[in-house]
Amino acid sequence: MNILGVLQKLASESGFAAFFLTAGGWKNLVMILISFVLLYLGIIKKFEPLLLCGIAFGCLLSNLSYFIGMSENAMYHPELWTAFLDSASPYYHSYGHIMANAGLLDFFYIGVKAGIYPSLIFMGVGAMTDFGPLLSNPKSLLLGAAAQLGVFVAFFGAVLLGFTGPQAASIGIIGGADGPTAIFLTTKLAPELLGPIAIAAYSYMALIPMIQPPIMRWMTTQKMREVKMVQTREVSKTEKIMFPVVVATFVILLLPSTAPLIGCLMLGNLFRECGVTDRLSDTAQNALMNIVTIFLATSVGATMVAQSFLNWDTIKIIVLGLIAFSISTAGGLLGGIIMYKTSGGAINPLIGSAGVSAVPMAARVSQDVGRKYNKNNYLLMHAMGPNVAGVIGSAIAAGFLLSVFG
Amino acid sequence: MIDLVNISVGSAGLYAVLGYIVVFLGLVLLMCVLLIMIKIMNKNRPAAAAPAEAAADSAQPAGVPAPGTAGELKLYDTDPRDAAMIMAIVADTLGKPLNELRVISIREVKEDEV
Repeated sequence: MNILGVLQKLASESGFAAFFLTAGGWKNLVMILISFVLLYLGIIKKFEPLLLCGIAFGCLLSNLSYFIGMSENAMYHPELWTAFLDSASPYYHSYGHIMANAGLLDFFYIGVKAGIYPSLIFMGVGAMTDFGPLLSNPKSLLLGAAAQLGVFVAFFGAVLLGFTGPQAASIGIIGGADGPTAIFLTTKLAPELLGPIAIAAYSYMALIPMIQPPIMRWMTTQKMREVKMVQTREVSKTEKIMFPVVVATFVILLLPSTAPLIGCLMLGNLFRECGVTDRLSDTAQNALMNIVTIFLATSVGATMVAQSFLNWDTIKIIVLGLIAFSISTAGGLLGGIIMYKTSGGAINPLIGSAGVSAVPMAARVSQDVGRKYNKNNYLLMHAMGPNVAGVIGSAIAAGFLLSVFG
Repeated sequence: MIDLVNISVGSAGLYAVLGYIVVFLGLVLLMCVLLIMIKIMNKNRPAAAAPAEAAADSAQPAGVPAPGTAGELKLYDTDPRDAAMIMAIVADTLGKPLNELRVISIREVKEDEV
């Protein structure tokens, strides 16, 4: 028995050796440090911890086990997915090839690639969301539309910076402030950018309380911020039951590419509102949502392999994401200001910034800023209208971009 | 035919404007559909709801809809500020986000009622 030979084999196959012996192995070390920073942000700073912890750990696992030229023990194999997407490859769109060679995280990633996880997350979001504030004031939809401005400005900016059309569309959707929508669109159009786009989308969503208030103060006057809105009308149970059916029917007929997202969002909402599927609603809101979040977060994190993450494109995406978020906030506020003027000062424009989606964080920010300037102001329910309208708006924006670039 | 992969800046600008218009028009149309739906559904509602509401009114003192809500939360002898604090405390005690709780009404219990 050649003990020295066995020890030498073990040493040469270890990850420690791979950091220094494989091409670009040092980049894995950098990615591992980045995953530690993301874990810190999730656990200590509580930035979207439910997602960021999984994303960070997926990134850690992937960079601990995958090295160029040493991928037999890898949990995620980027080269398998490159072949899967290459129309010239014999394994183009071959799930069989993936499954025959996959690591654990490759299996998880199939759910992302097939668009299953983002749609199931949307089902959970639908089951958690009360669309009553939107139904009590359907004009909120206009604010949800206005706040999609950042999506298209960032798309244009990304093209200016040299990204391809599908990549620019995926970067632009960060401005929709909707993680599952961003992941859904990116896996369809530019899967090579999934890691940085998911990180940018969720990081900025967590930073909304810091990003939005300065823009809100800059764009509105003290008089506008102090406007106290009158209560909206009561919404009947029947209206709430009909809402998901009507929205799904209308939006999917209008833009069929939105079907997976809008269909699941409205199905979840129907479970919530119809009154006879409480068990399903509970499962969609809790168990299913939690299970899918684990798979989604770890598999998205796994795509952050050093070779595709550590480049200038990532920096550009982070910057464009911030621009997209800020301009979407400004677009929503602009819509709010127009409604303030046209309503004779009855509408507080601060609720416009909630149109960026990011439920319910953005609505809470509107409430907090409004109360800062008028202690008797309760904007939360008024802001929830544009907030949930933003979810539908970002899904429509994604549907448009998918129709054009898909 | 426009090359959508290596898209030119001019075409990108056009698609950006077109996309924003499509989102806006889509949501405006959805708003119109919802307004029509609401109008149809509430056509017969006041007449049908009136007797039930009258019975409820006679059974208990009139509740004031809480400001800033969709009209669901009724406050009976309760200050809106107190109501906000009560809801925040309940949410904190239960460990649930406030937006996941549905508070129907809050009524002050007088000492002699206890």
